[in-house]
Amino acid sequence: MLRNRRGQMNTGEQSPVSTHHESTQEDDRLSEGDSQSLNGTSAQHDQGIYSPNNEAQSTAFFLLVVLLSFSTRLYKIMEPPHVCWDETHFGKMGSYYINRTFFFDVHPPLGKMLIGLAGYMTGYDGTYPFLKPGDRYEHHNYWGMRGFCASLGSCLPPFAYLTVLELSQSPTAALITAAVLAFDTGCITISQYILLDPILMFFIMGAVLSMVKFNRQRYRPFSTPWWFWLVLTGVNLSGALGVKFVGLFVILLVGMNTAWDLWSLLGDLHLSLIDFGKHVLSRVFGLILLPLFLYVTIFAVHFVVLNKSGPGDGFFSSAFQSRLIGNNLHNASMPEYLAYGSIITVKNLRIAGGYLHSHWHLYPEGVGAKQQQVTAYLHKDYNNMWLVHRSNDSDAQSGEPDLVRHGDIIQLEHKETTRNLHSHLHEAPLTKKHFQVTGYGINGTGDPNDLWQVEVCGGRKGDLVKVLRSKVRFLHRATGCVLYSSGKTLPKWGWEQVEITCSPYLKETPNSQWNIEDHINTKLPNISLSVLKPHFLEILLESHIVMIRGNSGLKPKDNEMNSKPWHWPINYQGLRFSGVNETEYRVYLLGNPVIWWLNLVSLGLYVVMVAVASLALRRGVQLDKRRIGRKHCRVLMEGGGLLLLGWLLHYVPFYTMGRILYYHHYFPAMLFSSMLTGITLDTLLQSADLWLRPPYSDWLLRGGQAMLFLAILDSFYMFHPLSYGMRGPLAHDPDSTMAGLKWMDSWEF
Amino acid sequence: MLASSSWLHFVQTLGHPRLLFDSMLTSIKLPIVIRAEINLVLVVVTALGLLSRLYGINFPKAVVFDEVYYGQFVSLYTKQVFFIDESGPPLGHMILAFGAYLGGFDGNFIWNRIGAEYSSNVPVWSLRLIPALAGSLCVPLCYLLVVELGYSHLTALGAALLFLMENSLIVQSRFMLLESVLIFFLLLAVVSYLRFHNAQSGSPVRLAWLVLTGVTCACAVGVKYMGLFTYFLLLGLAAVHTWQLIGDRALSNGVVLMQVVTRFLALVVLPLLLYLGFFYVHLNLLYRSGPHDQMMSSAFQASLEGGLARITQGQPLEVAYGSQVTLRSVSSKPIPCWLHSHKANYPIRYENGRGSSHQQQVTCYPFKDVNNWWIIKDPGRFVQDLVVSSPPRPVRHGDVVQLLHGMTSRLLNTHDVAAPMSPHAQEVSGYIDFNVSMPAQNLWKVDIANREAEQDVWKTILSEVRLIHINTSAVLKLSGSSLPEWGYRQLEVVGDKIYKGYQPSGVWNVEEHRYGRSLEQRERELELHSPTHIDINRNLTFIAKFLELQWKMLTVKHEDSEHKYSSSPLEWITMNTNIAYWLHPASNAQIHLIGNFVTWTLANLALAVYVLLFLSYLLRRRRKIEDIPEATWCQLLQAGVVCAGGWAVNYLPFFMMEKTLFLYHYLPALTFQILLIPVVLEHLHTHMLRWAPMTRLGLWIESGHRRSRTFAQGRKRLREPFQRKALLKTCFVECITLILLVSTSTWDQRTLGPETV
Repeated sequence: MLRNRRGQMNTGEQSPVSTHHESTQEDDRLSEGDSQSLNGTSAQHDQGIYSPNNEAQSTAFFLLVVLLSFSTRLYKIMEPPHVCWDETHFGKMGSYYINRTFFFDVHPPLGKMLIGLAGYMTGYDGTYPFLKPGDRYEHHNYWGMRGFCASLGSCLPPFAYLTVLELSQSPTAALITAAVLAFDTGCITISQYILLDPILMFFIMGAVLSMVKFNRQRYRPFSTPWWFWLVLTGVNLSGALGVKFVGLFVILLVGMNTAWDLWSLLGDLHLSLIDFGKHVLSRVFGLILLPLFLYVTIFAVHFVVLNKSGPGDGFFSSAFQSRLIGNNLHNASMPEYLAYGSIITVKNLRIAGGYLHSHWHLYPEGVGAKQQQVTAYLHKDYNNMWLVHRSNDSDAQSGEPDLVRHGDIIQLEHKETTRNLHSHLHEAPLTKKHFQVTGYGINGTGDPNDLWQVEVCGGRKGDLVKVLRSKVRFLHRATGCVLYSSGKTLPKWGWEQVEITCSPYLKETPNSQWNIEDHINTKLPNISLSVLKPHFLEILLESHIVMIRGNSGLKPKDNEMNSKPWHWPINYQGLRFSGVNETEYRVYLLGNPVIWWLNLVSLGLYVVMVAVASLALRRGVQLDKRRIGRKHCRVLMEGGGLLLLGWLLHYVPFYTMGRILYYHHYFPAMLFSSMLTGITLDTLLQSADLWLRPPYSDWLLRGGQAMLFLAILDSFYMFHPLSYGMRGPLAHDPDSTMAGLKWMDSWEF
Repeated sequence: MLASSSWLHFVQTLGHPRLLFDSMLTSIKLPIVIRAEINLVLVVVTALGLLSRLYGINFPKAVVFDEVYYGQFVSLYTKQVFFIDESGPPLGHMILAFGAYLGGFDGNFIWNRIGAEYSSNVPVWSLRLIPALAGSLCVPLCYLLVVELGYSHLTALGAALLFLMENSLIVQSRFMLLESVLIFFLLLAVVSYLRFHNAQSGSPVRLAWLVLTGVTCACAVGVKYMGLFTYFLLLGLAAVHTWQLIGDRALSNGVVLMQVVTRFLALVVLPLLLYLGFFYVHLNLLYRSGPHDQMMSSAFQASLEGGLARITQGQPLEVAYGSQVTLRSVSSKPIPCWLHSHKANYPIRYENGRGSSHQQQVTCYPFKDVNNWWIIKDPGRFVQDLVVSSPPRPVRHGDVVQLLHGMTSRLLNTHDVAAPMSPHAQEVSGYIDFNVSMPAQNLWKVDIANREAEQDVWKTILSEVRLIHINTSAVLKLSGSSLPEWGYRQLEVVGDKIYKGYQPSGVWNVEEHRYGRSLEQRERELELHSPTHIDINRNLTFIAKFLELQWKMLTVKHEDSEHKYSSSPLEWITMNTNIAYWLHPASNAQIHLIGNFVTWTLANLALAVYVLLFLSYLLRRRRKIEDIPEATWCQLLQAGVVCAGGWAVNYLPFFMMEKTLFLYHYLPALTFQILLIPVVLEHLHTHMLRWAPMTRLGLWIESGHRRSRTFAQGRKRLREPFQRKALLKTCFVECITLILLVSTSTWDQRTLGPETV
C-alpha cells in the first residue's frame, strides 16, 4: 500500500512538471531515496531543515521535559502516609518476595518482584501487613517503593518526547506530547503509588521508543546501534509482558511493525535472499527468542525466590504444592497406588476446584432429598477424608490390601460421618440439569446408589490408580452420571462451599476429573513423593493456566458499578485512591479533563485529516506547492498510523473482555493517544498555510501553539489537587478548593 | 411449486443478462420476439437441488430438534402475540410464519418436546417448505457464484454438486430451521455483488444488482445476526473496489462522487432502512400482549393490546399529591418487580449477628398485589388529608414528597442502618416509632431522570423517577439480592449512598395510578382493591419501540446452559461432533446432523492448499517472480476473499463467543469452504498439473454421500449399522469411506452414552 502510494505520488508529480520519465521501478527507488533524506540520515536535506540550532532547541526542550516530569511526579510522594487503593495488593506482594512466601496473583511476577527489590534496597523489611486501604504506614519504610514507581512513571514524558521527535522530526509536536503527559493529573496520580501500572507503562513506552529508534537505523543494518535498539526492544517487550498480560498488545504492535518492515525488505530486489534471511533471523533472535528467554528467566527467579508455603497454595495442583517448604506435601511420603481400605482426600482438577467434602449438615427442605450435604471445599480439613471400600464389603482386611484398578466398583465412605457418597435422580441444588450428590447410609452400609466406578482418564482396564498423578473420574453405577464440581457457590445453608453434582454429560472436562491427594494406608509401603516434583516447564505452564483462569474469573459482580470501555476516553469516571469523607485526605485518579478531551478531539481530527490527505493524493491534487505539505502527509500517515494502531491495540480488545474492568486500564492507550495528539495538532497548525497567506498563517501557527500550552498549564493548575490531595468540603460545596470544577456529575470529588 | 417455476425463469435470465438486455433492445425495433437461452446445466442442478431437499419433507411427522424452539414463535406469530427472541432479528421468524400462513396453521400446538407427534392441524409440509426451497436454491447459486468468480462451467458444476451432496446441509434444509434461509441470502448477496462488479459500468442492470446486494444483505442480517459477518466482508470488498475507483483519474470528480454515493446508499443506507422495516412489520403484526411482556418497560407494555394496557387504560396522566400509585423498578434484573411493603418487621438480629432497626420491611415484589400501592403525600399536610384536591396539584421535578404505604399507613423511610443483605447500603423501612431516638427520615426528593423530554411534571408510566432521600442523599434502589426466609424471599430494596450515573436499578416509574378520593383508612383500603379508572391514551413512536426492543434483544442473557449436543468450534472442522435431531421411539429410525466426511476433509485440504498457494505466490511476486499471469492472480485473490474469507469471517468469531454453540453454526462457513474445493482444483489443473482427476474425485464423493445419506433421510436401515457385508464388496475407494463412516458411527455410540438409543 505504502509503496503504491509513493509511486502514485511521484506519478502525480510527474504529469505537470514532466521532468523525469523513468519506469515505475526507478520511481520507486527515487521515492525511497526521498524518504531516506526526509528520515534525516542523508545529509543535505537534513541540514536544510534542521540546523544545529534546531538540534540545540530540541535538546533544551528535552531537558525541560525531564525536569518537569520528575518534579511533578516526585512532588508530595510521601503523601498520604497510608495505604492507597491497590497498594494493599502490590505492596503486600512486594513484601511476600522479601519474606519468600508463595502467593498467587493474576499478573506475571516481574512488576511485584521489582517493587519488592526496590523496597529491599531502600531498607523496607517486609513486615508491614498492607491489610486494607487507609492503614497508616507508621514507621515502615515505604518511600523506596513509591519513589521507584514514580521514577519509572517520570520516564514516560521524556520517552514520549523522543518517540514523537523521531516520528515527526518536529520538536514542537514532541513538546506538545510531553506537555500533555507531564501535566495530566491522571498520569501523575497513577505514577505516584505502589502499583504495577507505572512499571508496565515504562516498559511499553521503552519498547515503542526503541522500536522507533530501530526503524531509524533501517539504512545501516547490522551496525552497533542497529543491534542495540533491536535488543533493547526485545528486552522491553519481555519486561512489559512480565508485568501484566496487557504487554501482549505492545508485542502485537512491534510484531506488526516488524512484519511490515520485513515485507518492504523483501520487495527490495537489491537485497539478496541471503541478506534477507539474515534480517529475518536477527529479528527472530532479538524479538522472539531473547524476550522469551528473559520472560522464562523471570519466572525461574520467581519460583526460586518464593519457596515457602503461603496463601497461594490452594490454587495450585498437588504436585505443585510439593515444592513448597511448609506445605504438608513437601517431602511427604505415601503409598504410590490407591488401595482398598485407604484413607484419601480427593481434589478436583479444575483450577481452584477444592477437595471433595462432607459434613454433619443435611440439604435443607426442598433441595432434593433431605440427606447429608456433599460439597467441594478449598481448604484442608479433616472432613475431606474418605475411606475406599470394595462394593461387596464382605472380605475383612487381612494381609496385603488389594489395589484399586481402572473399572473397579467402589464405595467412598466419609471418614467423619461414616456416610457413603451417594447420588440419585433428584436435581442438584444449583445446576438443575445435574443430579444431586449426598451422603447416605451409616457405617458404610447403604444401597446400590452408593456404587461408583473408578475410571483412570486415558487408562485401560486393570490400570492402577496412581496417587497425585492419575486423573480419575467417578462414574455413578446406577444413573451413569459422573461426579462433577460445577464451581458454583452454594447459599448460606451450604456454608458457601462449592456445589458438587453428578453430571449426565460425560465429556471429559477438568470439572469431572479428580486426583487423589493425601493417601494413608498403613499396610502399604510409603514412597517419597520427591519423585513427583514437577519439571520447571510444567510449573510454568500450570502457573500460566492458573493466572489466565484467575483473570477470566474476575467477573463483575452484579451490585457493583463497573467501568465500561466507552467511559474511558471521555473521562467519564475516575477511581478513588484515598479518602471519601470531607475530613479525609482525598486523592482521586482522574485524567485532566482538558487534556483528555483534547486527545479525544485530536483522534477525530486525525481521522478527518488522514481521510482528506489520502483522498487528495489518490485524486492527484497538488499538495506540495507550498513548503512541506507532502512531508506532513507522510508524518501523518506513517508516524500517526503507527500511533493510531498502538492506541487501537491497547484499547479495542477491552471491549471483548469478560473480566471486570477498571478506569486505569486505559492509561497505556492514553499514552498512544497523547502522542497522536502531538503529531495531529502540530501538523494541523503547521499546515495553516494551506488556507491562509504567509504572514497570517505564521501568526496562526504561533498563536495556536501558545494557546495550546497555556490551556494545558492552566487546566493543570486547576485540577492539580486531584493528584496532590484535597481536604475539606467536597466539590459541590462552594467553599471547596475544587468548587465549580465538577464538570461531570459522575466525578466523585 | 409456483415459486420454483418463477425461479427457473429468473435463473435463466441470470445466466445471460446481457443477451436478455440485447433482446430487449432489439425488441423495440422488431415485432415482439422472445429469445430465451436456457442453461441446461443450471436447470438440472436446480432440479437436483429441489429433489434432494424437497423429497419427503413431510417425514417425520414429529417435532425435530430446534423446530421445538422456532415453532413456538411461529405459533405466537400466527396468533399475533408479542414476544422477544434474543437469538435473532424478526425476519427469520416472519419467513417461517409465512409458511405457516400459507398452510393455514392456526398456531394451536404445544411446542414442548422434541419428537412429539404433530397433530393434524399442523401443516408440516408448508412449514418446512420455505427452508427447503431456500436450501435447494442454494445449489444453483453455488454454480453461479463460481462462474462469477471467473472459473469454468465444469468447476462451477463441481461446486454445485459438492454442495448438493453435503448431507449436513440437506438435513438442515429439510426442517423448519433458519440456517438454509440464511445461507441462501448470503450466497445471493455474494453472487449479486459479483454480478454488479463484473457488469459493464453504466448499465441499469448493474444498479439493480447493487440494490439486490443491499437487499439480500439486509435479509441475511434480518434472519440471523450471523449474517453481519458476511455483510462486513462484502462491505470490505466494496470499499477496496471503491478505493480503486477513486484512484482512477480518467474519471471526473463528479462521476466518482456519484458512484461513491450510490454505493453508500445501496450498501449501507438501504440495508439499515430495510432492517428497520423488518422491525416495523414485526411490531405492527404482533400487537397483542404475550408471555414476554414483563421484560419490557411499562410504556411498551401499555402499547400492546390486552395485558397492562387493559389496566392502565383510563388512568390519570399526571401524578398529583394524594395519588395512589404502584412503583415499578425500571430495571428488569433479576426480575421486574414493584415497590412493596407488608406487615412484618425486620428481625432484630440477623443470622450473622448484625442488628436492624426492627421497623417494617420494604421490599420489591414481582407480583401484582394490593400491598404494592403507595400514596404520594405532601409533607406539609396531615396524614388524614390524603385526597387529590380539585384541581389536582401535580408533583414536579425537584418536589419533596412522602410516600405512604396504602395498606399499613407507614411512611417510606431510610436511615443510617446497614441493609440486611447489602451492608454497604442503607436499610429502607416503613417507619415505626419505637421511641429509641431513631427519628423519622421520610422526606424524598423527586428527581425525574428523563425530564428533558417530559417537561417537569411526574407522569404515569412515562416518567422515570429517582427518589433521593433528603437527609442522607441516598437513592432508593433495588439491590439485586433477595431476602431470606423472614423477608419471604422477596427482593431487597436499599438506600444507595454511592449511587452515580444512571443505573436502571435506582429508577422507578408509576405503573398503576388513580387519584385517591377517600378520607378514611377503611374506605381507602376498599378503594385500593378496586380497579383504576378514567382515560388517557398514549402511544410510543416506532423508533422508541424499536430501540427498546433491540436493546432488550441484545442485552437479555439466558443463563448459559450446557447441552448434550453442544460443541466447540474446534470440533467442527474435524467433524468430531454430531447432533441427533430425531429418534423414532419404536423403530429406532434416526436423523443425525453429521457432515459428509469426504467433503469436509477435502474442504479442509483445499483451504490448506489455497493458503499455501497464496503465500508462495505472494512472496514470489514480491521478489518479482511471476509464475502466473496478473489476471489469474487477481482471479485467485478474489476467489480467496470470497471463499476463504467467507469461511474465516463465519467461523473464527465463534472462538470469542461465550454462548452455547452447535454444529449447525458452522454451516455458513462450510458453504464457503466447499466452494473453494473446485476453485483450487481448477487452479491446480490449469496452472500446476495437467491431470484431470475431477471425475474420479466425483465418484468418490458420490460414494461417500450414498453412505451418509442414510443419516439424512432417516431410513430404518440404521438399525443394522451400514450392512457391512454388502459394502465390503465395493471398490477400494469406497472401503476407505466406509471405514471412516463406521468409525464415526461407533464413535457416536460411545459419546452419546447409555441414555440415548
